Amino acid sequence: MSLDDVDGRILTHILGEMLELLGPPESVEQDPLAAAVGIGTATKPPEDSALARLFPDGYTDDPEASADFRRYTEPGLRDGKREAARIALATLGEPGVKRVLTADEAEAWLRAINDTRLVLGERLGITEDWDEVVESLTDDDPRLPLFFVYDRLTYLQETLVQSLW
Amino acid sequence: MSVAPVELDEPVVEDVVIPDKPWVTIVWNDPVNLMSYVAFVLQKHFHYSREKATKLMLDVHEKGKAVVSSGTREEMERDVEAMHGYGLWATMQHDE
Repeated sequence: MSLDDVDGRILTHILGEMLELLGPPESVEQDPLAAAVGIGTATKPPEDSALARLFPDGYTDDPEASADFRRYTEPGLRDGKREAARIALATLGEPGVKRVLTADEAEAWLRAINDTRLVLGERLGITEDWDEVVESLTDDDPRLPLFFVYDRLTYLQETLVQSLW
Repeated sequence: MSVAPVELDEPVVEDVVIPDKPWVTIVWNDPVNLMSYVAFVLQKHFHYSREKATKLMLDVHEKGKAVVSSGTREEMERDVEAMHGYGLWATMQHDE
């Protein structure tokens, strides 16, 4: 696929923000053994609603089981999301230059773009009829650029899914 | 002292062994995940046909949720973790 300059800059920026939001890997100092085997310390959903959307509870109606599930899965899931964002960043390429992605790279792109859409969607309070919301905004509304980014990311993801499926 | 054989009651064995299987993974509707992406993920992870993956996706979209897999608790934990990896909103529970 080939990206234009605007999409390239949007992705560079938003994937960088994504890595910042995900934070560094679980500190080895907290519990070296647990960190070594990928067990986390968090038992509650993250306070940040966007992070909570990326790492939801695993059980429908069982906070205790969800807490255990989170300890065993969240560190690995965070690693996976960091890795997807890093792969996407590393394979962005030059604007306008066609770049062939391997199947693994393409899947990392899909995951990374979807994660950024989930975060933006949470920040913007996206609903099913969000395009009607955009139409009602005034030109100087500060949310407008973010909606534009969300729309571009949605288009890129749809294009990627269609090309892979 | 006699060593007469001790008579023991035969242990009662249930004919039917109930496996720890009544667990299900549910994918919930959300306004961000694309319909095409959800179907793509279901087909890819569960190796469902395109038709089955699409039908499940439409159930999620139209009914708000769909049971996408069932099995043991451990199997469902793996499925839920994989769905979270893809960014789908999934939870597991005992089958009702």
